[in-house]
This record gives sequence, structure tokens and C-alpha cells, in this order.
Amino acid sequence: MSIELKNIAKTYDNKNWILKDINTKIETGEFFAIVGPSGCGKSTLLRMIAGLIPISSGDLQIDNRSVINLPPRERNLTMVFQDYALFPFLDVEANVGFGLKARKMPELKIKKRVAHALELVDLTALKTRKPRELSGGQRQRVALARAIASDAKICLMDEPLSNLDAQLRGKMRSEIRELQQRLGLTLIYVTHDQIEAMTMADRIMVLNNQQVQQVGSPLDIYQHPSNSFVGTFFGTPQMNILKAHCPHTHNQQLIIDPFLTFQSPLDLPAGDYFVGVRPVDFDLTTHVTRTNAFVRSVEYLGNEFIIYIKLDDSAEIRVVTSEKIDLNSNERVLIRPKNKFFIFDHSGKTISFMKGVQNNGRTSKQETQAIIQ
Amino acid sequence: MEEPLNRKLKPLSNKSVTLKTQSIEKSSYDVNAHDKFYAWFFLGPSLVILSIFVFYPMMRTLYLSFFLTNSLGHPSVFVGFSNYINLLTSSAYLDSLTATLIYVIAVSILTLVFGLLLAQTASKKIAGINIFRTIFSGTMGVSVSVAAIFWLFIFNPSIGLLDQVASFFHLPTINWLTQPSWAMTAVIISTVWMNLGFTFLIFFGAFQSVPKFFYEAAEIEGLSRSYQFFHITLPMISPTIFFISIITLIESFKSFGLIDLMTAGGPNNATNLLVYRIYQDAFLSGNYGSASTQSVILAIIIALFTLIQFKLLEKKVTY
Repeated sequence: MSIELKNIAKTYDNKNWILKDINTKIETGEFFAIVGPSGCGKSTLLRMIAGLIPISSGDLQIDNRSVINLPPRERNLTMVFQDYALFPFLDVEANVGFGLKARKMPELKIKKRVAHALELVDLTALKTRKPRELSGGQRQRVALARAIASDAKICLMDEPLSNLDAQLRGKMRSEIRELQQRLGLTLIYVTHDQIEAMTMADRIMVLNNQQVQQVGSPLDIYQHPSNSFVGTFFGTPQMNILKAHCPHTHNQQLIIDPFLTFQSPLDLPAGDYFVGVRPVDFDLTTHVTRTNAFVRSVEYLGNEFIIYIKLDDSAEIRVVTSEKIDLNSNERVLIRPKNKFFIFDHSGKTISFMKGVQNNGRTSKQETQAIIQ
Repeated sequence: MEEPLNRKLKPLSNKSVTLKTQSIEKSSYDVNAHDKFYAWFFLGPSLVILSIFVFYPMMRTLYLSFFLTNSLGHPSVFVGFSNYINLLTSSAYLDSLTATLIYVIAVSILTLVFGLLLAQTASKKIAGINIFRTIFSGTMGVSVSVAAIFWLFIFNPSIGLLDQVASFFHLPTINWLTQPSWAMTAVIISTVWMNLGFTFLIFFGAFQSVPKFFYEAAEIEGLSRSYQFFHITLPMISPTIFFISIITLIESFKSFGLIDLMTAGGPNNATNLLVYRIYQDAFLSGNYGSASTQSVILAIIIALFTLIQFKLLEKKVTY
């Protein structure tokens, strides 16, 4: 079942807009992630799709039929909550079958469906336990089983993994993804965790400041962020944003300091810009006479180092390298660009994508030119 | 079985645990006179007060219940269990016992039901709901004497509000406080009204503490409001219901103030509940032996009821 969001907006007092201009179409069987920092309205958007919160303006269509006036139940969807919403006074089996029983489905049919759902999440052995006798991961699975048992083809998930520890989260990520594929669910997944969005989703919607920043595949969003917010939100450690100056129009040179200059692929009017460089895209040289930065601290992560460096023009950057290096803090180093970077205008909008990556993203070369003028 | 009560007593029991561990640590040292002095210094006052006002009267009551007493309350003749036998065969006492049971059960059930109704109403999100929340909990701040006067005005046969309203609608008027069966009704209504403030407040707090996502999950399943109330709200707040029902039960067994001020046990002993009877026997008739016996029986009845309640409800509230 496909879901289409048309100009959806939300306000509680007709003055402050919590969400504005939300447009996208989610295809049947798609894993669609809504991601953004806390307070960006992603949970509100999910609850509007579910029908728990009324939509202030715009239209919501499921299978090309407007559902804006339908109560949650008639939208034929199911939802998994951050805190699982398991009833403490019911055992696992009753929890999974709760909705079915309330809908007065025949007892035998409920039993069959619940058994099937529990089998899919590998919980059959624990079906007589109460939620408090389960671990966090098991509770999460019960919540999944409840969604599966309801047989709805649309599933909404609101930060379902945020209460789990890092290891379990990794495991559940692939389990949810697998279930979604197997059952052919159209899944809308809200998270603040960019790694979850990147690893699980077919497409990602990035929300910030009440608005959609970008919608695209994980690769597209990583390689062609529409603005500096999206650029810094995806990827760990964060992308470095540096203030750069272009001295002459048509010069194509963006200068941060004499050693750290970027060659723009486009003609740029003279002025100030922001250059975004991912931590892996710096070249770090030690034991040279000419330097432009010093080392603040080094974190060792096993297969790579995160090096915190202060440039002489006072900007702080993070550099990631997998080379075995021996650095002391305060050691002088030379930082030079590799060839991949982004150029953002003063408002953060992307002007140019990283060199070396084919520009097949949302913005064509003509469009980027148009943005500049 | 004791989980819900334990939860309520948590701060207390924690304190006692810390006290205990401290004393264990201490005992591994040499307890010197200095420490002993401080132990008695801090424990002494409450020990003295509890002994004078709780332990001694309890023991004395039990002791007196086996005696006939003179007018000063001193035991004169040891009579064994005959006080008990006399009471349990006296029709006046058994009537009083029946009246008490009716009163206690009616008050407990009505307090629970109306408390839940008020809490449910106050949980709605409508404009000005805070005013209602304040009003609903208002009786917590009303003293028994004020409440009694207030209800006496309402039930007054000539100027009473209730009968004025009744005559306005051409309904028969009732002599609320002078007809035996209506007097009991009037006392029950007033007591429930007095109880509601506290009950509402506790239930309202419990309603608020049910996580919102349960209702969201129910909405998505398309469950009706009443189904949500009976299958989500009530089970989720069942420990609170248990707590309130025990408190109300014990409190209504001990009702005194409203009875004394509104009916003084009358008319024709219709509202002469056990506690009021004890008061009359002991302090008006000077019949201390029998009054002590009645006190002991009342204590046993309350303990029994509480035990039954624990047994009946324990399965419903533990989750």
C-alpha cells in the first residue's frame, strides 16, 4: 500500500507551524525512514499519518484514497512504540493478540495468528511470560509480533530501538529489515539515529526546522546532501564545515589558509562560502617544516584514529585516518584537502557536491548555476 | 501478596533498612555507653509517646474486655469471655453490627465508583478543567464539623435544600434525619462526599500516570473509549484501587464525627455504628468493660476484612 503526503502541515495555535510543506510519496513495500534531531516534529508527523493527531492542512492518501477524515483503525495500519506499549498485566500471548481480541476475531483464528507472529520473532517459548519477565530485546520482539499479527500492510515505528543497548540495536536493525522484506510491509520508521536510517531504509526523509530538508536514498543523501545540515547530520564523525573565501569572481579558488585551498568545479562569484569536508577527506602530514595546524587530541578506535585538530585560523576540525600514526598533542601538522568536498552558500544550501562523485543527485549543474545567480 | 502495600510504604521501609544496616555496622564495633545514650536519647521520646497513647491503651483494652468495671473504669469482677458472649447474643449489638456492615460496604463501593468517575471526568482535556479538578479535591480541606453543618442544612426538613428542590418538582419530601432508613442514607451520602476529595486526588494521579502510548495503541486498534477504560485504565491503576478500597474500608469502620454531629446514632439506633456505640457505652454509660470488648471485636473485624480483601484482590493487582 502506498502512502502519499501532500502539503501536510501542523499547527496547534494557527501561529507557530510545527511542520510545513511535507510532500512525498511512499511506495508499496518501501522502508521509509523519517530522521531528524529531537524536536523536529518527526514523531508528530508519524502520529498524523497514524491518525492519532489531526492534520492541520494538506492531504494524506493511502492507495490514492484520502484518509484524512478516517480514524486510525480504518487506515489499516499498525504501530510499534518506543516504549513498546506492552500491557504489564497480560502475558506475551495475550499482548500480541490484544488488538485481535478487541476486534472480536474468532478465538481459533487469533491463536493461529499469534502463534505465527511469535514464531516469526522467535518467541514461541516465552509466550506465557509477563512483560516484566522479559529482557528489553524480547519486549521489543513482542511489540513487533503484535504489529505482525495485526496483518496490516502498513507499519509505523516510532524510535523502536532507542531503549536497547548498542549491540542489541545492531542485531534488531537487521531483524526488522528482514521481517519487513519478508512480509512485504510498507514501513515508516522514525528515528533520530542517522546510522539506523542509513543502514535500514530504502529512502530517508530528513526533517529539521519544521521542514523537509531532503528526501532520497541513503547513498544519495550521503553523497549529495542538499544543504550543510544534511551534510553534517549524516556520517560520524561529523562533516567539518569551514569558512572559506573566494577572492575573485571566476577564480574558482576557495581559500581557508595558504595550504588549505579548494578548487571549485564551478565558477563562483567573489565572497564568503562554507566548505564541507568529511573527516576522512583530509590529508594529514607530520614532520614537515611548513605547517598550518596543531593536534589537540587523538582518539583511537581500533581500526582508525579520530584526530582533533585546531587550524591556525582557529577553526577546529576532526580528521579520521586509518594509517598508523604516532602523534602527540600540540604537535604541528600540515592539513591539506583531498579531492572530495562540498560547497555551501552562506545559508547552508549546497552549491557543489564533492569532486570525484558523479553529479547525478537532485541538483543538476544548470540548477546549481541558477542557485548562484 | 504485599507488593502494593509495600510500594506505598517504600520511603518508610527504606528508612528502616538504613537504620538496620547502621546498627549492624555499629554492633561490629564496641557499643559504648556514649552510643547507648544517644540511641535512647533519640528513640526515647517516641517510645514514651507510643507507649502512653498506643501500646498501653491497647493492652488495657484487651485486659478490661474480660472484666466488669465500676463507674471509674476500674476492673471489679473478672468475668472471662462472658462480655463477648453477652454482646454476640445481644440483638441490639447485632443490629449495630449489621448497620455498620451496610454502611461500610455502601460507603466503600460508592466512594470507589464516584472517585473513579470524577477522576475520569477530570482527565478530559477541556477548557477550564483545572477549576473542576480543584473543586473535586475540595473536600480534602473541609473539616468534619463544617461538613456536618453543611449537610444538616441540606437535609433539614423545613429549610433544607433537598426538600425545597423536591417540593419545587412536586415530589414527596423526606424527613431525612428522623426516618431510620433515610437517616442511614443521609449519613452514607455525607461520608462518601467527605471521602471523595482524597479518593479523587489519588485516582486522578493514578490516571495521569498511565502512559499515553497505551491509549495510542488502543486507538490504532480501534478500541472504544469504554473498552479502553475497562481493559487498559482499570487494570493499570488496579494497585491504586486496591489501596483506596482498603483505606476507605478501614476509615468507614472507624467513622465517628459525622455520625455524632448529624444523627448521634439515632433515630432509633439506626445509625448507631460500632464505633459510636463504643463511645456511648464507655463515655456516656461508663460501661468500660463492654466497650473494651466491643473495641477488641471491631479490631478483629477490621483485620478480617482487610485479610479477605488482600486474598480477593491480590491476583487482580499484581502485574
